[in-house]
Order: sequence, then C-alpha cells, then structure tokens
Amino acid sequence: MKRHAPLLIAVIFLFVIAPNTLSEFRLSLLAKFLTFAIVALGVDLLWGYTGMLSLGHGVFFGLGAYCWAMYLKLEAAAAAGESMPDFMVWSGLKALPAFWQPFGSPLFAGVMVLVLPMALAALLGYLVCRSRIKDVYFSLITQALAMILTILIVGQQAFTGGTNGMTNFSTMLGMPLQDVRTQWVLYLVTATVLVAVYLFCRWLVGSRFGQLLVAVRDDENRVRFCGYSLTAIKVFVFAVSAGIAGLAGALFVPQVGIISPAMLGIVPSIEMVIWVAVGGRGTLVGAILGALVVNAAKSGFSESFPDTWQYLLGGLFIGAVLLFPDGIIGATRRLGARLGTPLGTRSGRSAPTQPATVGTVRAVEVAA
Amino acid sequence: MSVSSILLLVALGLALSFGLMGVINMAHGELIMTGAYCAYVTQLGFRALFGPTIPGVYFAVALVVAFFVTAGIGLLLEALLIRRLYGRPLDTLLATWGVGLVLQQVARSIFGAPNVQVVSPAWLDGGLRLAPALVLSFKRLFILVLAAAAVAAVYWFLRHTASGRRVRAAMQNRDMAACLGVATRRVDATTFAIGSGLAGLAGCAVALLGPVGPALGTYYIVDAFMVVVLGGVGQLPGTILAAVGIGSLNTLFEFGSTASLGKVIVFGLVILFLQWKPAGLVALRSR
Repeated sequence: MKRHAPLLIAVIFLFVIAPNTLSEFRLSLLAKFLTFAIVALGVDLLWGYTGMLSLGHGVFFGLGAYCWAMYLKLEAAAAAGESMPDFMVWSGLKALPAFWQPFGSPLFAGVMVLVLPMALAALLGYLVCRSRIKDVYFSLITQALAMILTILIVGQQAFTGGTNGMTNFSTMLGMPLQDVRTQWVLYLVTATVLVAVYLFCRWLVGSRFGQLLVAVRDDENRVRFCGYSLTAIKVFVFAVSAGIAGLAGALFVPQVGIISPAMLGIVPSIEMVIWVAVGGRGTLVGAILGALVVNAAKSGFSESFPDTWQYLLGGLFIGAVLLFPDGIIGATRRLGARLGTPLGTRSGRSAPTQPATVGTVRAVEVAA
Repeated sequence: MSVSSILLLVALGLALSFGLMGVINMAHGELIMTGAYCAYVTQLGFRALFGPTIPGVYFAVALVVAFFVTAGIGLLLEALLIRRLYGRPLDTLLATWGVGLVLQQVARSIFGAPNVQVVSPAWLDGGLRLAPALVLSFKRLFILVLAAAAVAAVYWFLRHTASGRRVRAAMQNRDMAACLGVATRRVDATTFAIGSGLAGLAGCAVALLGPVGPALGTYYIVDAFMVVVLGGVGQLPGTILAAVGIGSLNTLFEFGSTASLGKVIVFGLVILFLQWKPAGLVALRSR
C-alpha cells in the first residue's frame, strides 16, 4: 500500500482538490498541461526507455489534434447550417473534400485520432528501423517530418486552414465548449486519460517487454544477437508513443480551442523532449512532472518576461543535459540517497553525472 | 543552383563535425545567423568610417570577420559543452539546441526582432546574361564560387595538411589514432571550429539573398541535416552530391507542383533512398 501512496495522493489532487480549489482559468491551464503530460509519457516511453529520440512528436500530437478539430469544425458548420467549415468557404472551395466527409462522425474521428498517428509512425518507423537507421539519424529524420508536415498544412490552406489552423469551434458532441461545465468535464476526462495512460505505460515498462525496451536502449546489438527483431520492437513502441501523443492532441483541441501548424512544428516537438529531460528521462513520474513544471514555468515567465523565457529555456536544455542528466527525479533521488547515508560512509563525490548513472537510475525505476 | 550551393555551404560544416565526432550541432543554424549579423555589423562599421557609400571590399572583410567570429563561438562551444558530452550524441543534440535558443535570443536583444538588411556590394550587382530570358545574377554566381572555394579549401585541408591527416585518422579510427599520438581532443576542437567558421561564411552568403533576422538559420538547417543524413558520414563527395541533389530536387518540385508538396516528395525520396543505401550516398569504410 505504501508503494501506491504517491499515486493515490496525485489522484486525489487531480480529481478532488484541483477541480474544487482552482479558478476556472487555472483549471483550464492545468488541463492543457495535463494533455502535455500525456504526450510526455509517450516521449519518455520512446526516448527514456528505448533510447530513440524523436524530434517530431509534435506531428503525432498535431495529427490527433487535427483529426478531432476536423470533427469539431464539421459539427460547428452543421450547427450553423453550413455544409463546410468557414475557412473552406473563405478559400473558395465549392464542396466538402471527400477525405473530410467521414470526419463528421465523432466515432470515426475518434478512431482516427489514434489510428492516423500510429499508422504514420509505424510506416516511418518501419522504413527507418528496417534499414537500421538509428540514433542521431532517427532524430533528424523525425525532425524533418515535423518540418514537412508543418509546411504541408500551411501550404494546403483550403483543406487545413493554413497558418491560422482550425479554430472557432462551437460544440462538442452537443455540449457548448464555452460552457464551464463542458470544460469541467473535459478536465476530468483529461485527468482520467492521463492516469490511464500512466498506468498503461507503467504496466508496459514493468513487463518483460519493458525490460526489452531498456535492453534496446542500452545495447541494441546484444538484443539483436539474442534473436529479437529490433524493427518489430522499435516500430511497436514508436507507434504506441505516437498514439499516446495523438490522444493528447485530441484532448488539447477542445480545451484550448485552436490547433495551428505552430503547435506541431520543430520547436514544440523538441520542447516535448525537454519536458521529459527536465523531469527525468526513464521515469514515468518524471515525464509527467517535467511537463507540468516546464509548462508552468513557461506560462509564468512568458506572461511577465517573454525575453527571459527564451534564455531560460535554452539554459534548461543545456542544464538538463549537462548538470542533471536524470532530471528532477534523479536529483531528488540522489539528494535522498545522500541524506539517507550515514555521514561516515558517504564518499566525497557521490553524484557522478555520467550516463552510467542515468542507466542505473532508470533500471531502478523499471522495478519501481 | 544557388539553393544547392547554400545548402552545400551549410551542410559542409555540419558534415565535418558530424563525421569526426558523431555530433550534430543544432546550433549550426544560429551560427549561420551569427555570420549574417557579422556581415551586417561590418557594413555598419564601414559606413561609420567611410560614410554612406562604402567600398565594395567590405564584403570580403565581412567574410573574414564572420569566419573568425563563428569559429571562435564554435571553439567555445566545443570546449564548454560538446567535449563534456562525448559519447552522448543525443544529449549533445539537445544541449546545442539550447545554445541555439540562447544565441537567437541574444541576437534579438542586440539587434531587435525586426529584420535588418545587408546591402550587397556594388561589384555583386547585376548579372551575367546567358540568354535573353536567363540572367544569372552575380550574387548567386558568387555564392556558387564561395561554396566551391569552401569545398576546395576543406578538401585541401583534409588531404594536404598535417592536421587534415590527423582529422582523417581520428575519423577513421579514433582510438587507434589516439594510440599513435594524435591529440584527438585538439583535432576535435579544430575541426569543430572550422565547421562553425563555414557556417559563418554561409551566413554571409545568405545575407546577400535576403533580410537578416534572428531566426534566419532555421530556414536552412533542416534541409542541411537531411543532406548530412543522405550524404553519408564524413565524406566530402557524399555531402556535395546530397546537397546538389536535395537542392535541385527542391527547386524542381517547387517548380513542378507547389512548394509544400515538393518538400514532402523530396522527404519521401530521401527516406526511400535510404532503404537502398542506409549509410548514405558515400559510406566511409572503417573497422
């Protein structure tokens, strides 16, 4: 029971304390951060556990978001008595494009939110991993993906809303989005999904498969020589991670009320990675914590000192890598270990910041 | 062709440090931006000295200034950051991205967010009339020559100088080179500085073509990464081929379809090509 205590506290905070104490504005902010935390879990699964650094996770987040936004736009258009979304009319389109039509059904759109990012990730992952392209190459290719998807969406204005993205939603499944109660429901759904995704990830990394992921990260040749198909493992985890990001995107859209290419390009994609790095890669709690802390800092700082935030973010990237490679979780753990050890046995330097430490900390986390 | 030659200039420096150290410098784009601002500052300096009509030689000075300033930043970057992350390529990538963010914001603080304009020297105005409808502007021709000169210089450096030989030795087998007395750390620093300096040159070239802003580097950098991925590690011919290939395909598809679809097609082609040759166009054989 003691093991589950932190989780229980977090759940109580999410479902009881936060909705009852936070103001409307703060709650919607928290809801947004929670969707980011969901993405961070996926990124962590891929990078922290499997060692594949995707710099294009914004793409999957964006695909999920756009799928759901398409449905929302169609519902808004239907409510207004129009046959197509407003931006199509402005772009001079005569009829709803064929690939848009099924998105009128929330069920179809909901399925696509998961299927589309997963399919894209599986396809790209298969092509890339099959030819044993890995490490930095994988990162660069995913980054290029983020760039071209952004360019594509901006370029195909009539179908996607272009730079402005999609906004002006009115209702979701008949519930008016401006309504406080709807936002409340959405918050609760997001929190539930976060907990569910967390439990799923925890189950996954605790399983034999999770051990395999860590093995791939630490020495993929050895895994290959043991007879495992690296391609299958990597494609699977990439697709799962993308699906999680897509889900988060779909939750993001109705709460924030807009999705645009600027939210899924290279810059937001790499920020998703820094959430995980700050929190502590290879620890699921770290991913969630990192997403919350970094975004809270971001909204706090960019409200008052927008210039400082850029420096701070840059510093975070450097610091998280150079000084705290195992993030907040690792740092607190080291601190705890330091305080816990009797004075006499403590060595002079107990915190070597070598990757080996990160590895062992992660290995411990798998067990935890 | 000028797209290809700029891409080549940008990718050359990246490929050099990537080939040697396995490190992707995400701040490379910001070094380009720094180079472009160096050209701008040189222009301001000349203007202060000579009044509004500045001698055309200023651009040559700008090239030198840009090279040494960015090389200096590169040297600092290598000593303070990259050296400490040796053997952690992904971490280096993130850390250098952070450096890039900081550099961008520094530029924004010093020069302001709006774009500035670098006036091209008089001797680069006008163009070469090849056919009645086809004018090759001197600017683009100059960039082409600059890229060719940079490639030639890098080639000469690698092939015909003692430090170039050490670079190649470390590239092929770092441990063995170190055993035989090559100071691999110093080789790393030199190479990284040269790679960064090349980014500075690229920045000057880019400044000729359009306005200069803090986010200038980001336009070129992803394509340059693709050049590195496609070209293969540490091989000049691969980098050249890949730069010319991606550059001209981009232009071609932009011409044939829309720019956005063109990018998608080129990306798809690169991925498909890597199915056939995963190590890139020209692979370095090493034990």
